[in-house]
Amino acid sequence: MPGRMTQPPMPALPLPLPLSPLAAVLSMLMRSTLRRHPAILGRMGAAAGARFLIDVTNVPVLLLIEPALRRARVLPRSARPAHDAAIRGRLSAFLSMLHGAEDGDALFFSGELTIGGDTAAVLALRNALDDAEIDLTEEIAGLAPAAGPMARRLSGLLERRTGLSLHRVTETEVRE
Amino acid sequence: MDLTVGPNPFFWSAEAVRAFYRDLAAAPVARVVIGEWVCSKRLPFWQDEIAGAVDVLRDGGKEVALSTLALITLKRERRMTADLMAAGLPVEVNDLSALAHVPVGAPFWVGPMVNVYNEGTLEWLARRGATRICLPPELPLASIETLARAGRAADVAVEVWGHGRAPLAISGRCYHARLHDRAKDSCQFVCGEDPDGRDVDTLDGQAFLTVNGVQTLGRAVTTVAAQIGALRDAGVASLRLSPHAGAFNDVARAYDTALRGSEAALPATLARLMPHATFCNGFVAAGPGAALIPEQGPGQSAPTRQF
Amino acid sequence: MMELVCPAGTPAALRAAVEAGAHTVYCGFADETNARNFPGLNFSREEMAAGIDFAHDRGAKVLVAINTFPRAGAQDLWHRAVADAAAAGADAVILADIGLLAHAAERHPGLRLHLSVQAAAANPDAINLYAQAFGVRRVVLPRVLTVEEIAAINRETEVETEVFVFGGLCVMAEGRCSLSSYATGLSPNMNGVCSPASHVAYAETAKGQEARLGGFLIHRTARGAPVPYPTLCKGCFTSGDQTGHIFEDPVSLDATRLIPALRKAGVSALKIEGRQRSRAYVTQVVRAFRAAVEAAERGDPMPEGLLTRLTEGQAATTGAYAKTWR
Repeated sequence: MPGRMTQPPMPALPLPLPLSPLAAVLSMLMRSTLRRHPAILGRMGAAAGARFLIDVTNVPVLLLIEPALRRARVLPRSARPAHDAAIRGRLSAFLSMLHGAEDGDALFFSGELTIGGDTAAVLALRNALDDAEIDLTEEIAGLAPAAGPMARRLSGLLERRTGLSLHRVTETEVRE
Repeated sequence: MDLTVGPNPFFWSAEAVRAFYRDLAAAPVARVVIGEWVCSKRLPFWQDEIAGAVDVLRDGGKEVALSTLALITLKRERRMTADLMAAGLPVEVNDLSALAHVPVGAPFWVGPMVNVYNEGTLEWLARRGATRICLPPELPLASIETLARAGRAADVAVEVWGHGRAPLAISGRCYHARLHDRAKDSCQFVCGEDPDGRDVDTLDGQAFLTVNGVQTLGRAVTTVAAQIGALRDAGVASLRLSPHAGAFNDVARAYDTALRGSEAALPATLARLMPHATFCNGFVAAGPGAALIPEQGPGQSAPTRQF
Repeated sequence: MMELVCPAGTPAALRAAVEAGAHTVYCGFADETNARNFPGLNFSREEMAAGIDFAHDRGAKVLVAINTFPRAGAQDLWHRAVADAAAAGADAVILADIGLLAHAAERHPGLRLHLSVQAAAANPDAINLYAQAFGVRRVVLPRVLTVEEIAAINRETEVETEVFVFGGLCVMAEGRCSLSSYATGLSPNMNGVCSPASHVAYAETAKGQEARLGGFLIHRTARGAPVPYPTLCKGCFTSGDQTGHIFEDPVSLDATRLIPALRKAGVSALKIEGRQRSRAYVTQVVRAFRAAVEAAERGDPMPEGLLTRLTEGQAATTGAYAKTWR
């Protein structure tokens, strides 16, 4: 396995409002997730140094994440940020993959997710996240433990309303 | 270092086979491996030529061995393999299952379709009776050096794929038949229409592969022309030349001239003898097999470039 | 019941496979010793030991695939992998290389040896040779055989046979293919990768979306249509006046409906391909196949078409098992 990544300081980037509070929350969520799942960076190896452009097509902003720097940036759709790898698809596809409800390759075969740039880095990211068994609701609840029960209730409600996958799918829930 | 001519991968008529080996008897090569190694269905069309070819080659002073098939699945093919052992000639094993028919300790040769990637495998085969091993074409020079050393210690002559389109894959399915919309069992021997195999290009017109029945070969002609010095230094015993249509004897003579010390002219001579061919040598250089790199010294793997 | 042998590329996938009903899980170390040496995949020594404990606690077995061909001059890496798998309590190691088999048989006489599909042992002579020389107990059959040929093999050998029933489909004899290294310099045999992601490039061009492998154009599709992964043998090429999938369409193997025939042919174990796939894939496929082998045991009809979404090209074939494939 490649060696563990060192943790560089997080530079404060000036962003136009209202994107910067969102970026701050996402960066916080990312740092917290990487702290709770330290195996992710080890599993990604050198690919953790890549810049991933996450293009969620039904969301009005672009996301640029840099795992090794533990940094997430939110950019307007008009931005053309330099990046090493790109993943594009609808929010539901990203969340289903993250939560183990759907297989990443299957989403790729069906065209629901498309990738560009450094394909190996995308694979490393996907495999590392799949192994981490991340539960977004729990990660969010973990940011502010006092608000945890509320976050879980809200997540359940949203999940039923939107059909999006907002928590980790257990073995019995995986759809046939 | 001397020259070995491998078994012909393509499906030629009996007349073409007869002419090829008659001419080859005069070529400056030390040994010849003969036999059908791609598809057992082809053999009935030319097997009557084998005995005569063996005679004419031996009269020409060549050492001759018989090749097994590269993929043996049918009962008929297993019987054919067992029968080869009774012919009284050295046998080159190209599917490991053929070893089941070689008495333990009896000498045999190993062809490029058997996976010999390391010393452990070479030593096991040597203990079993192997006296000559042609390494798989995809091995880089560093592996060749180690294996040639192990070969000297175990009294096994180590041979390297020197010239000809490299065999890249073998399948249960016939791609020649598939291109003609036929199943393998009703192929009507369409591979016989392409004496050097059938060209496969990429969608943007780049020459890429060659289909030869159940076998897939590279499109570029592999040549170690620029690597002869490094292979000699590594202690490689022989270079394998793989039969193809065209001026094959002239090609063999060009390699012989190179082995005798004037190797600088070889690439240009090959280009003249095979005007329609592109050449590659990337495998030995530890790069993509299809790549062509300039001269290579011992232990050095030069940066590759695609042509 | 036929043994269901399931893939795990990560510890999470191993747990998912066991929980979904795998009798046996196969996996590999995170290095070039195994044939799925992909970015972000596979097991550290500690993860392997923990995974084996997890499976054993739940009555499942773990097989460790050390099925690339050791590099000349660097055999130690492979020898260590065999020793570490044995020390971690692996139920068997899956090997392909003659030299490595000889080493394992001599140094680890108590370790059960399976012959990897990468050894391409396609007839009883080969299989019995491996059994006599190294004590191999099971062979994973190459995907070039028909069901009838498999039955004939089982009549002539005592070695258990394991066959692929689902997942990615090699159309060439496994372990004997250098197509990937011809285009990229990296091969399944030497590096544990085929058509590696590191050599893949996608591009939007005026003619459509293109996928290249080592610079060679493997697919071109209309804008907006899904671009298949550029696995070389599933590519679209031109030969003479024909353009198409010269070697194989982008389809996957699904031999569900052949399970009763394979059982009758004397096959001991059914293998699912896909160590590079997610735990979602593992869960869905393992559960479906566990139900299928149980149905076969009862003599019930096989379920069909449950897994199409998970297959490449969203299409499945029974591959070489049916003679018409040839």
